[in-house]
Amino acid sequence: MSDHWKLFLRNLSEFWKAFRRNKLGLVGGFLILTALLAAIFAPALTPHSAVDIMRDSNGRALTFASPATHSPLGTDDAGHDIWALLIYGARISLMVGFLAGFISMFVGSSLGIIAGYFGGAVDTLVMRVTDILMVIPDLPLMLVLVATIRQMDLKVSPLSVLILVIGLLYWTSAARLIRSQTLTIKERQFVARARAIGAGHWHIIRKHILPQLMPLIVTNTVLILSTAILIESGLAFLGLGDPTQPSWGTMLNFAFSRSAISNGAWWFYLPPGIAILWVSLGCILLGNVLEEMMNPRLTAHYLEGDKGMIAITDKETGL
Amino acid sequence: MARRDYLIGKMGISLLTLLFVLLLDFLLFRVLPGDPVRAVIGRNIRISADVQSSLRAQFGLDKPIFLDQFVDTLGQWARGNLGVSWSQRRPVSEILISKLWNTLLLIGLGQLFSIIFGVMLGLLAGWKRKTPFDIGALTFSLIAWATPTFWLGIILLVSGSAWFGLPTGGIVSPANIGKPLHTVLPDLIRHLILPTLTFTILYLGEYMLIMRSSILETLSEDYILTARAKGMSNFQVLMRHGLRNAMLPMVTIIALNLGFTVSGAIYIETVFSYDGLGNLVQTALVKQDYPLLQGAFLLLAVSVIAANMLADFLYTYLDPRVKAN
Repeated sequence: MSDHWKLFLRNLSEFWKAFRRNKLGLVGGFLILTALLAAIFAPALTPHSAVDIMRDSNGRALTFASPATHSPLGTDDAGHDIWALLIYGARISLMVGFLAGFISMFVGSSLGIIAGYFGGAVDTLVMRVTDILMVIPDLPLMLVLVATIRQMDLKVSPLSVLILVIGLLYWTSAARLIRSQTLTIKERQFVARARAIGAGHWHIIRKHILPQLMPLIVTNTVLILSTAILIESGLAFLGLGDPTQPSWGTMLNFAFSRSAISNGAWWFYLPPGIAILWVSLGCILLGNVLEEMMNPRLTAHYLEGDKGMIAITDKETGL
Repeated sequence: MARRDYLIGKMGISLLTLLFVLLLDFLLFRVLPGDPVRAVIGRNIRISADVQSSLRAQFGLDKPIFLDQFVDTLGQWARGNLGVSWSQRRPVSEILISKLWNTLLLIGLGQLFSIIFGVMLGLLAGWKRKTPFDIGALTFSLIAWATPTFWLGIILLVSGSAWFGLPTGGIVSPANIGKPLHTVLPDLIRHLILPTLTFTILYLGEYMLIMRSSILETLSEDYILTARAKGMSNFQVLMRHGLRNAMLPMVTIIALNLGFTVSGAIYIETVFSYDGLGNLVQTALVKQDYPLLQGAFLLLAVSVIAANMLADFLYTYLDPRVKAN
């Protein structure tokens, strides 16, 4: 067990050495980390809560106050502090995005492994379902699902509905990717050997296939997080968020529907959008860098002269 | 022979998807509390139980949900009868058709511009890899990818109207509403600029990224080396062997993207109050107009499925390899 740990730590430190050299990856990590920290330490970052109403000296609500009148980011149409809304909104946006992303990755990976490893009818079934889900336009489908589920009087909070609908619809591309990777790993010698000495399916999947798939799964989780966060913001903007727990998308919905634009209240509609961009860009940068580190093929081509192609051969042969 | 099998397989999937959409659309709106009869009579509780049950019989609601009601509904849908909108008190199909062309216009223009510019820029970026141009193009597309559609729309709406005096909403000015669109063309174009621009910026980035990686894959194929060895110039190789092969995955991506395009239309039309299907879906959602939502979902899903099938047919003509095996 301690050997496993040593190996893991060594791999991790080697990974960090390679990763450290890539500026974009560092930027991505920084963007995600700052957003997470802001969400966790929200109460320490603002004296106000998301429901406090700011008032002037006469006790009237400060509505649409600019950042110059009320620092740091002004107030909204009802007098709420935008900065407080923003960092408490981070909790909602990140929670919905991360949970939905993890669900979709979990479902996608499990189905991909099962389909790839067992093949046959299970494989056909999973692949047909992904074929079907991939063709149906996703936003209309989600709108219809969320709208009808809300109407059904189930005892589920609006945010859980959102998390489940996003999580259970976005696993298709992950399932395909993991499946095709499982198919190639399954054919390797070490799997055949494990089977020859009598290892069961579960043992092979857990000990031989899953560790090989882990890099791919991690990379795709990071990438899918950005999708989940963007989708959440979109659904919330269209009015499907929880108004009592405003995420960044809900803030934009409020800003748009409560005439922040005609009031010139840029401090109301700019910050939530920048926050969404911040996190999703972070995930995309980090995800792409991880992907690049694991797929060296795209590093050079034939119209670049000889240097590039030699670099590829180096990586492939390890010479 | 192989091509026929491939197409039959693809058509099978399309039919399966269609069936799934029909079933889902039927079931989702059937499990909602209240039935169509309740919707018709509204809050008029004085209608006796007898009349109510005869109304139910008239609507076929006394029959079992499967298969009778489902088949009945399918028959109605096939005849273009999608029910009556609760909020507008007009047949849903009539409303949908009146908005369809506006949306097709917006999506068509947006796709056209983003494909043209995306392919061109992606090709250049892949060819001139790691130059400032490539890095700039990559940065742009990453940011476009990470930007929420509706937020970009809001930003462009604010800046476009403040700096260039462009209209902020609608498809024509209030004075021109109701006139045939071709008679108010300059006004229509002014209204289309910002939504189309939003569309183009968003999808341009994605097409560029895909084209770039596709051309990178293609350029590391051995036939590119062969073409170089024959003495063709880099540019010739790029255009004759690179572009044509790299375009193939684009066809599939464009088709697969159609669903994604529909999402774009919903956001963009909402932001610009553009009088199309996307805006209609959003309004139906807010007003809880379920027949309208049901009809709009049906129309959007069926169009995307049909377009995908069309793309599969097209693909077999474009890629001789599919024809061969």
